[in-house]
Amino acid sequence: MSDRVGMISLIDVHKSFGTQKVLDGLNLEIEAGKTTVIIGRSGGGKSVLLKHIIGLLKPDSGQIIVDGDDISRMNDRHLNEVRKKFGMLFQEAALFDSMNVGENVAFPLREHTKKKDGEIRHIVRERLKAVGLAGVEAKMPSELSGGMRKRVGLARAIAMQPAIVLFDEPTTGLDPIMTEAVNELIINTQRNFDLTCVVISHDVQSIFKVGHKIAMLYEGQIVEQGTPDEIGASKNPVLNQFLAGDLDGPISVL
Amino acid sequence: MGRISASMDSLGRMVIRNIEETGKILILFLSVLSWMIRPPLKLRHIFKQMEFVGVKSIFVVILTGTFTGMVMALQGYYGFRMFSAESLVGSTVALGMTRELGPVLTSLMVTARAGSAMAAELGTMRVTEQIDALYVMAVNPVKHLIVPRVIAGVIMVPALTIVSDFMGILGGYFVGVQILNINEGAFVKNITKMVDLNDIFNGLIKAAFFGLILSLVGCYKGFNTTGGAEGVGKATTEAVVLASVSILISDYFLTAIMF
Repeated sequence: MSDRVGMISLIDVHKSFGTQKVLDGLNLEIEAGKTTVIIGRSGGGKSVLLKHIIGLLKPDSGQIIVDGDDISRMNDRHLNEVRKKFGMLFQEAALFDSMNVGENVAFPLREHTKKKDGEIRHIVRERLKAVGLAGVEAKMPSELSGGMRKRVGLARAIAMQPAIVLFDEPTTGLDPIMTEAVNELIINTQRNFDLTCVVISHDVQSIFKVGHKIAMLYEGQIVEQGTPDEIGASKNPVLNQFLAGDLDGPISVL
Repeated sequence: MGRISASMDSLGRMVIRNIEETGKILILFLSVLSWMIRPPLKLRHIFKQMEFVGVKSIFVVILTGTFTGMVMALQGYYGFRMFSAESLVGSTVALGMTRELGPVLTSLMVTARAGSAMAAELGTMRVTEQIDALYVMAVNPVKHLIVPRVIAGVIMVPALTIVSDFMGILGGYFVGVQILNINEGAFVKNITKMVDLNDIFNGLIKAAFFGLILSLVGCYKGFNTTGGAEGVGKATTEAVVLASVSILISDYFLTAIMF
């Protein structure tokens, strides 16, 4: 195994909300410097899984290891240090609507670095350029379209040059062209910043484009994983039904 | 029999829920205290909240304070006239304003204006994942969002109370002396004779306590919002109701202790 930063292992992770089991002994290795796409049904626990990776939720049992540290049993101060390795793009971008675009992207820099204003402005400009949105610093989030908000969200996520970026359904709710643009953006950002990316999605077309590795989450476990080619050739009935969008098969619709 | 036990059941559940909620608000308070003493404290955020809670509430506080003082003078006049003690109207208004109505009315107005806004703003941030985004960026939301609001509440509600006290007495003076022709000298002399500096100070201590309650409750309700737009509305309503009721109840106990 390489010892570069950005490696994540989930070992036997269990999580229930009340009587509902969401993660049921989940195991997953996420390789550093690659894009791993986790697919699964809406409401199937993908977001819960992502929130475990960054410590927003704690597992009932099991380990979540980021670069050798188990974050599931960490205190807040430690966890905050680990979180500085992460950036996250939320489903609706989660931009702070009391701040303009420039202040949003600058926010993590202002909070965690002692950089001068001019330097921060420079970084903000660079990051916005990297997501194809040069010169929108003064706009408020409410003035932006859904696709632009996601781009700004990504610019903010990579502001601190994290090793790992998490994407929560990056293409949900976008038109086909914007979907393609966001996919391109994920691919380019991953390559240019040499990131470990974890993408959760149920957009079948996108996953084969952006993923180096694809993992299928079903009933709280990873039921199949592999490269896009391996996934495409898989005989797993759950995976095949999901990819084909069939009503008949092991996944019950109701 | 079944109906009685069912209603006892729901009563018990309600009591437990309320105790649990009080405990959670106290835990939030302790966490606010512990973050408050940990540098760096962002003055910019605090001033922004002080402006929102305080400066922007001045107009409503002036309005409510003035008219409260005016109506107290009017009502007091009808009563005192029966035994020719009209000159006591001024001191009644002044004592009523400084001890009770100044702090209580001001904090109720600020609850309606700023406490509700805190719940709505934090609630919206919660349901749009902006609070999660803070956690992800390794910024503690209690320190970043709640500490400035609580500090602003504790400082600005007493400050507004001073304005309210002053305007109330001024309103009472206007109605008593200018409209009802009470002797000006007796009116003013009774105020200075009857109103102790302690009356004003104790009123301000109450106001600081109410400012703590309304900001803490507003933040607590907003911070723990669930369930989208409907949840934000519910959190806002609950924040205003809970804060108002808590202010009025704690007012009795604070008064019993202090005066």
